[in-house]
Amino acid sequence: MQKEILTVFYLVASVTFIVGLKMLSNPASARKGNLIAAGGMALAIFATIFLYQDESGKGLHNYGWIAGGLIIGSIVGVMTAKKVKMTAMPEMVSLFNGMGGACAALISIIEYHHYIGVLFADRPFIITEILLVSEGTIGYLIIMLLGVIIGSVSFAGSVIAWGKLNGKIKDFSFKGQHLVNILILLVILALSVYLLFNLSESTYLLFYLIFILSLAYGVLFVFPIGGADMPVVISLLNSFTGVAAACGGFLYNNKVMLTGGILVGAAGTLLTILMCKAMNRSLKNVLIGSFGTSATQTNNTTQSGGSYKEISVSDAAMAMNYANKVIIVPGYGLAVAQAQHICHELEKILEQRGVTVMYAIHPVAGRMPGHMNVLLAEADVSYDKLLEMELANDEFKSTDVVLVLGANDVVNPAAKNDPSSPIYGMPILEVEHAKLVVVNKRSMKPGYAGIENELFFQPKTSMLFGDAKGVLQQLVNEVKQL
Amino acid sequence: MQDILSFFYNHEQYIYIVVLMIFLGIEVIGRVPSVLHTPLMSGANAIHGVVIIGAIIVMGKAEPDNYAALILGFLAVILGTINVVGGFVVTDRMLEMFKKKKG
Repeated sequence: MQKEILTVFYLVASVTFIVGLKMLSNPASARKGNLIAAGGMALAIFATIFLYQDESGKGLHNYGWIAGGLIIGSIVGVMTAKKVKMTAMPEMVSLFNGMGGACAALISIIEYHHYIGVLFADRPFIITEILLVSEGTIGYLIIMLLGVIIGSVSFAGSVIAWGKLNGKIKDFSFKGQHLVNILILLVILALSVYLLFNLSESTYLLFYLIFILSLAYGVLFVFPIGGADMPVVISLLNSFTGVAAACGGFLYNNKVMLTGGILVGAAGTLLTILMCKAMNRSLKNVLIGSFGTSATQTNNTTQSGGSYKEISVSDAAMAMNYANKVIIVPGYGLAVAQAQHICHELEKILEQRGVTVMYAIHPVAGRMPGHMNVLLAEADVSYDKLLEMELANDEFKSTDVVLVLGANDVVNPAAKNDPSSPIYGMPILEVEHAKLVVVNKRSMKPGYAGIENELFFQPKTSMLFGDAKGVLQQLVNEVKQL
Repeated sequence: MQDILSFFYNHEQYIYIVVLMIFLGIEVIGRVPSVLHTPLMSGANAIHGVVIIGAIIVMGKAEPDNYAALILGFLAVILGTINVVGGFVVTDRMLEMFKKKKG
């Protein structure tokens, strides 16, 4: 009976994953979708604990260990997820993804122990039955290898992405790094194939070498990719982990793992491509044409950008107060300074003075697609004040003042008119069509792509230096006094 | 070769699931607005935490004196749980903010 009931529960869980993911892609139902998928997950986990039986009808044991792991994991998971600031969300997702990857890799490693134990019975490993149920044992070996390779690449890569996003790890690349990466990948593949056909007591340790090389590959693969591209990388690693989880499904003949894993693998891959499209770049370009190298070249040529002019807070406040229409372009600077609330305050005051205020949201502003929407929603900014890029670009022509808050690359006209620029071709917010552009930045330092922004040197543009939160506070005070 | 073919034969159902799920996964999120990219990625991230089930099975099958498997399995359960629980909670926090805009 147990087994049959478990099958039904697994089916229900698989359906909740699909429905949940479907609902997650619609703003109105997204939150419910997330809860439905979570409910399905809980069902699948508890059903596994209490109902699982292996082929010989034996249930699970070691309940103490399992419960302990679940409790520790839950506490850590809830605490970190609750505590993390909205701005640090992207790196949190990356870290959680890494955990999943590590979990998948560990499962493959443990099962490999078992497998070896079965093959070379004199080794002190435990003999499990499942692996030898089928005669296609080489298939299992392939699955285990895939699980350990993909899982550890995803783990190592995610940890590096996490470190990069929170600034603990700097961009780092050396000459010929792509060559080294490809070489490592080839070695991993060659070793895997060799192991498949020559598994013996003298070669079985190669598996661990593959594991270590995969970790190294994960690190080196993410290292040279610029921080601005991290969302794409995280999404890609996310789909990797999905595939690694699906490998576990094969190992245990477990359909819910298979369904969930492949579903995420496929959806994650598509999501990665959609994100690349939002930046008008190809995935290949993101992964291989790393920003770092090309940016240093253009840096030298555009360094002599000319002079820029500064504007005082009171002048900026004056200009905005007497404008008909103001559009705010938020960027990562706003997120870092946690300035979304004070930004909303400025918006309210200007509206009271009869100024139309709107926000122009670039699809990849901030560190992640949708990042700005989440932040502004947190500050109670009305949803219909957020303009998507195409709409905003129509509006700029009739706008008096554009206030750029800590955004840089997404308003860089080089993307339109400088074919040598590394961001050439990326759709941008064409703020230069407005009558006046006020750019708030902390300094003249280039943005994440590491390139100069000619917008700052245009006659229409005025710079307003300072931390976004401080500057907005001063602006609010100034406007109040007018 | 025979080995690989027989693996396919023995897992026919699974291979079908894989192929169908690939299409389904692509279909399901095909029309997602870019506003939801981040929460969707986070939600998908939580769903692949289903790998925790594998960790539970490993753990539950390990012999009580096989410390290597016990320790690695224990670690796998913890990591998998963090992935699942943390993933869903973070996604919920993100989406909570979308809801507020109505009020």
